[in-house]
Amino acid sequence: MSKLSQKHLLGIKDITKEDIELIFETADNFKDVINRPIKKVPSLRDITIANIFFENSTRTRLSFELAERRLSADVINFAASNSSVKKGETLLDTVNNILAMKVDMVVMRHASPGAPHFLSKHISANIVNAGDGTHEHPTQALLDAFSIREKLGGVAGKKIAIIGDILHSRVALSNIFALKKLGAKVMVCGPPTLLPKFINQLGVEVEFDVRKALLWCDVANVLRIQLERQQIKYFPSLREYSLYYGINKKLLDSLKKPIIIMHPGPINRGVELSSDVADSQHSIILEQVENGVAIRMAVLYLLAGATV
Amino acid sequence: MQKKLILDSDLLDITVNRLCQELIENHGDFTDTVIIGMQPRGIYLADLILEKLQKSTRKTIPLGYLDATFHRDDFRRREIPAKGNETRIPFVIEGKKVVLVDDVLFTGRSIRAALDAMIAFGRPAKVELLVLIDRKYNRDLPIAADYVGKVVNTLTSQRVLVELQAQGHKQNKIWLTNKD
Repeated sequence: MSKLSQKHLLGIKDITKEDIELIFETADNFKDVINRPIKKVPSLRDITIANIFFENSTRTRLSFELAERRLSADVINFAASNSSVKKGETLLDTVNNILAMKVDMVVMRHASPGAPHFLSKHISANIVNAGDGTHEHPTQALLDAFSIREKLGGVAGKKIAIIGDILHSRVALSNIFALKKLGAKVMVCGPPTLLPKFINQLGVEVEFDVRKALLWCDVANVLRIQLERQQIKYFPSLREYSLYYGINKKLLDSLKKPIIIMHPGPINRGVELSSDVADSQHSIILEQVENGVAIRMAVLYLLAGATV
Repeated sequence: MQKKLILDSDLLDITVNRLCQELIENHGDFTDTVIIGMQPRGIYLADLILEKLQKSTRKTIPLGYLDATFHRDDFRRREIPAKGNETRIPFVIEGKKVVLVDDVLFTGRSIRAALDAMIAFGRPAKVELLVLIDRKYNRDLPIAADYVGKVVNTLTSQRVLVELQAQGHKQNKIWLTNKD
């Protein structure tokens, strides 16, 4: 069966292990395509995709746009910061107006958790969630797991530690769902104030000591401190956070074992990762970015192909 | 209708040998010629032909596999999206004579997609098409093969089944059956 079980990609929670494997197999083909001299295929040439971003983004928006263009789709971009949203238009009105211009798919980022789910109940176009608040960021989790599979030959049975601001991270939640579905062992690590209270109910281990987490894992996925989402103080200072949870070369060398460092970006150099780690042999951060385009091509291709 | 045998193992061997002879006639020592098998099923025939050609010419001939899935014109017009296969073309086809190899020529749409997909690897000097079975009267596009193993009159409701040992079958056999 080469069809996704869902019409939309709202979150990893809603899709199956088979869906994830199908996306990976399709992404393998697209990774080959984007490494050719001519990086374009005509599959989506009669499809129009709207990238609707109510929240800032560099990597994800560029990555989606490249994926769309390499599949030959027509692309329109929309950023809330310079739109009629500022004049008080509702989300549904904004999107319905865009769809009235005959758009087939919507890629949306929104600050409110559940915004794409709400939209999926009211519109017929395919929706791809490009991040909804602190909830899910499915394509990031897919590209993270895809990168682990590529580097280690598989995900099942591997130990992955997610380190940092778990509380505000949509990447963490989507990663936990994806990795658990693929049979990996997952640990979250961070200061107690930045770990959600009932996170262990998702079947993950909880660790407060970053050194112990690094000793345990094959892969460390390091997350950024999301200061823009923090209305209160969760830790005394960035300097103190960096002292206790920052990962530097000295710490990695002292582990005396192979380890892979991942980061979804943007990196705050000197806070969660030091520069000598971010640019080291351990880091696969730029491979993640490359895989992001292939994964998003696969998701768009599979969703668009299933509409008729 | 029952399964009808179109080519048995011995006849298939004779046919493939003849196709190789025709290729040698036209391409001589294969200096500027490359062979490209179409995914998913043409690659087995391409392997077979390459092996025979290399044996009789004692030359190394470049072989590639081409997947045209993402260039097909029936995307969004079929129940499920077609699944891609590996494309492996470890050489530049710019200025080369390409022999495209597939098992069955039916509507010609896969070949159109393949010609489209090939452009990503350069501008070939010439493209020729070799097929084992040519299903007459079924073409949707003005496409014809340069080398044909056997021409078969078929209905759209029928299907040609190619069973090769390389695909894990006991014997090389080609059948004509009804769909479903």
